Amino acid sequence: MQDTHTILLPEVTPEVRQQLFDYVLQLADTSLILAHRLSEWCGHGPILEQDLAMANISLDLLGEARSYYQYAAELEGQGRTEDDLAYLRSAVQYRNPLLVEQPNGDFAHTIVRQFLYDAFHYHLLVQLQTGPDRQLAAIAEKSVKEAAYHVKWSAEWVIRLGDGTDESRRRVETAINALWRYQGELTTPTPTEQALQAVGFVPGYAAIQQQIDQHVARVFEEATLAVPQGVFAQKGGKTGRHSEHLGYLLTELQYMQRAYPGMKW
Amino acid sequence: METAELTQEEQFQTRIDADVRIEPKDWMPEAYRKTLIRQISQHAHSEIVGMLPEGNWITRAPSLKRKAILLAKVQDEAGHGLYLYSAAETLGASRDQMLADLHSGKAKYSSIFNYPTLSWADMGTIGWLVDGAAILNQVPLCRTSYGPYARAMVRVCKEESFHQRQGFEIMQTLSEGTPEQKQMAQEALNRWWWPTLMMFGPKDADSPNTEQSMKWRIKRFTNDELRQKFVDMMVPQAEFLGLTVPDEKLRWNEAKQGYDFGEVDWAEFWDVVKGNGPCSRERLQARVDAWNEGEWVREAALAHAAKRSARGKV
Ligand SMILES: [Fe+2]
Ligand SMILES: [Fe+2]
Repeated sequence: MQDTHTILLPEVTPEVRQQLFDYVLQLADTSLILAHRLSEWCGHGPILEQDLAMANISLDLLGEARSYYQYAAELEGQGRTEDDLAYLRSAVQYRNPLLVEQPNGDFAHTIVRQFLYDAFHYHLLVQLQTGPDRQLAAIAEKSVKEAAYHVKWSAEWVIRLGDGTDESRRRVETAINALWRYQGELTTPTPTEQALQAVGFVPGYAAIQQQIDQHVARVFEEATLAVPQGVFAQKGGKTGRHSEHLGYLLTELQYMQRAYPGMKW
Repeated sequence: METAELTQEEQFQTRIDADVRIEPKDWMPEAYRKTLIRQISQHAHSEIVGMLPEGNWITRAPSLKRKAILLAKVQDEAGHGLYLYSAAETLGASRDQMLADLHSGKAKYSSIFNYPTLSWADMGTIGWLVDGAAILNQVPLCRTSYGPYARAMVRVCKEESFHQRQGFEIMQTLSEGTPEQKQMAQEALNRWWWPTLMMFGPKDADSPNTEQSMKWRIKRFTNDELRQKFVDMMVPQAEFLGLTVPDEKLRWNEAKQGYDFGEVDWAEFWDVVKGNGPCSRERLQARVDAWNEGEWVREAALAHAAKRSARGKV
């Protein structure tokens, strides 16, 4: 019997299928880890309305992650489930970029991390919507509407904090300083991404980088913030070389599945 | 009857007796206003503090689906808090003042949230029992005399019954699971059963405000009536789950068509009310910390809004 997505996925070699699996997993891990970080705020936000907003974004990302994991499981065809993929892989097997695993810090750190990711995420999804993999395109089409809201929300907060009080400005600048080095990894293709770009499954990152730069410049200008220049780009997460933070995050995330293996919840 | 001969207060009571809703602009006795502000803000605080015990398990939920459901649930509770603060604001209370009263310990919230969540089964038990008790307390409030409160409760109750079903479903999955899971469910029930019975408040004899509140239709059933209903509703559900309610005195009473049950540990109840619950300090401190650490954010938002309006941009 054919699996449901053979129809949606054009004929590909087993090698491309494997690369696609790795890439979809990377998207899944990225959404899950950021969703997890945001969910740590739940009940502790600075304003009740923003507590709700962060939970909302977290839920969107979690939903998106689940769609990717389910699709990855189908691509793999080994009977693994979304939970097997999320809960039973170790830190070095996770493929999210370093940015999203960074701790929440203060609200300014959370906002800057979110905005840098949202700007990338939104422009990536716009491209993925029209990609040749119809399943991936369908997930992107649903998620891009949510991402448009996310980037609007985080941009508004960058502006409020940048052009707010002396303290909020100092805090948001500190956060930009701390997190800017992780932005470059988002659009630096891994060998897997390069291979998929060559066959058109992943959009070219140069064009996306340009759109991100314009987006960030526009928001930073309104926030009266300076865009950092010439910052060294710290990379590694997308190839499994993570920061030390991820291990602790996964310890918590995977606790139940590790402590009680093979049970239904 | 000549309404002209009635005092304002008598006219007010006549409207209440006729089940006419009181709206924010209507005249109301000061004591009615004060009682309502106390009750609604206490309810709002319970929703907000109530986010903490379940929030404790969001990052450890055992599956992606459970994680999403739990996060959505806790988010709903934040929404309930918002509706209720807004309802209290229609009575002239300010959200900042209500929060200040929570943070100083002057305002109370439901004692149940001062107990710790120790296992995943607590998420099931809280949904099943605590949301279940909340529903029994709250459904009658959908017909309460104060309009904005009643309308807020209609929205809240819809979501609470959803929460209760989800909690029950967690318990059902556990009780159909491995012996370890079943034990987890039973252990959670053992810890939460009695504190949940305390959610209905002191015995009627020790609840001096009940009579006036019933007269104003802010309250529709007494504490003991609701507690009895709760036991009658939950015991068969526990049996269905194959779990044992931790009460040796629990017996079906054919004559009253309800269960007889043991006495709540009232000393523990009053200890928790006085702020000596196992997590009382932690819960309040978490709220105070969130508020204090959020101060610069709220100031930034205000400062930015002021700058924008000064520039004529909205
Ligand atoms: Fe609630
Ligand atoms: Fe609830």
